[in-house]
Amino acid sequence: MSAKQILTTLMTALAFVMAVTMAQAFEDVPDQVSIDVMTQYFDGVEFDHEMHTELGEDCSACHHHATGTGTTDDRCVRCHADSDEVAEVGCSACHAVDTFSAEHINRQAADVYQFHIDTPGLKAAYHWNCIGCHEQMDGPTGCQDCHARTPEGDAFYHADAQASAAGEGGH
Amino acid sequence: MSGISRRRFLAASVAGCAATTLAGSKKALAAGSFSGYPDGMGVLVDLTRCIGCRSCEAACNKEQNLPAPEKPFDDKSVFDETFHGGKQKRRPDENAYTVVNRYDVESESKPLYRKVQCNHCAEPACLSSCFVNAYTKTPEGAVVYNSKVCVGCRNCMIACPFNIPGYSYSSAFDPVVKKCIFCHETRLKNGLPPACVEICPQEALTFGKRKDLIKIGHQRIQTHPGRYVNHLYGEKELGGTHWMYLSSVPFEEVGFDPNPGNEPIINNVKDFLSTVPMVLAIWPAMFTGFHLLAKKQEGHGDHEHDVEEHHDEEGGAE
Repeated sequence: MSAKQILTTLMTALAFVMAVTMAQAFEDVPDQVSIDVMTQYFDGVEFDHEMHTELGEDCSACHHHATGTGTTDDRCVRCHADSDEVAEVGCSACHAVDTFSAEHINRQAADVYQFHIDTPGLKAAYHWNCIGCHEQMDGPTGCQDCHARTPEGDAFYHADAQASAAGEGGH
Repeated sequence: MSGISRRRFLAASVAGCAATTLAGSKKALAAGSFSGYPDGMGVLVDLTRCIGCRSCEAACNKEQNLPAPEKPFDDKSVFDETFHGGKQKRRPDENAYTVVNRYDVESESKPLYRKVQCNHCAEPACLSSCFVNAYTKTPEGAVVYNSKVCVGCRNCMIACPFNIPGYSYSSAFDPVVKKCIFCHETRLKNGLPPACVEICPQEALTFGKRKDLIKIGHQRIQTHPGRYVNHLYGEKELGGTHWMYLSSVPFEEVGFDPNPGNEPIINNVKDFLSTVPMVLAIWPAMFTGFHLLAKKQEGHGDHEHDVEEHHDEEGGAE
């Protein structure tokens, strides 16, 4: 095998690897995200991620310094101006589902070097991001504009009887 | 009766005085040294985060098995309800241990919502006012009460600086006081956050150790310039409460007593109360002693004969 042949093979292999990596990278950006880890009183939300990526000017608008061009928030840039993209950019990587469990509270308290002592849990992270932006962009902000209430939820809010009578859905 | 018994009587009363004084001062010292449970849990309520969804009210109702509400918990018309000629917004009662009220503050573009419930004082006034000892401040941070010993006197309702305890007026035979207990029985003592905190979609309620919440509260004020007034309500008020508040407007504009003082309510009466046993024990003894002495001196004049006679009679009886 000549040197040229070896080089061609290597280049082909490299191109193949790059193509696969790039395809994976794009594949990693989901079109739909099912937000359903905490469903009980409300159904999960099928979040149209593709539509929101087209709306948002930059991934960082929602993903902070985890991906995209990086954060511009004064409080974050001091440490995260040049941060690399993190391995896991999904919200639940940093925002805990069990944010008020004894384990989580003790974990935070035990880590004396932890700067982020006040990171919101996953539920709050979603709602702040969604409602915060929707208020500015005139998007939906009512509870049931985004997720339908379950029969268990109707009972929880004591809205089962009144709901049908009053026509419901105002909120 | 007069000679030796008076001497004995005076000696006994002096001893009694000394004993009560010592006992009294020891008790007063013990009462003054309580500074709260260091690892007690608390909740930081951030008014800038609340969207007034009332889910906390629904969660409280379910957790505490309270009666069904008149209006469903997603009905926002309750925010328009006022009482006492429009001065009073909704308050917790026997059927609702927590309520959310809306405040339309001029300087704000959006309405503000304030959740009301027991603030779980470090040194609760309800506890100090209760003469049957129904109230307990638990090491976990909750102020709980034993409805089995409650006699329904309602002293705690008057003592509470936040007007929190409600009364089961609907119960004709066994009316007792009802209030938020921080979900102590079902959650807090098992290391779980109260139901209202768990349901809150906005994390307007942050659950944690009180000492950590104080740090978090000040950090929020510091890292969000212009968002909050520079005050963590409940950190120092009335000796400190385990539920604390952050607001974007001065606290009096969202229904808080802006200056309840930093002393626990009990400090208003502690000095006085510690003198009561002393007064009750010493004064009768002392004044009886004075009285007898005065009478005796009087007796040397007019009634000497009577006294002598009395002596004889006593001697005769023996």
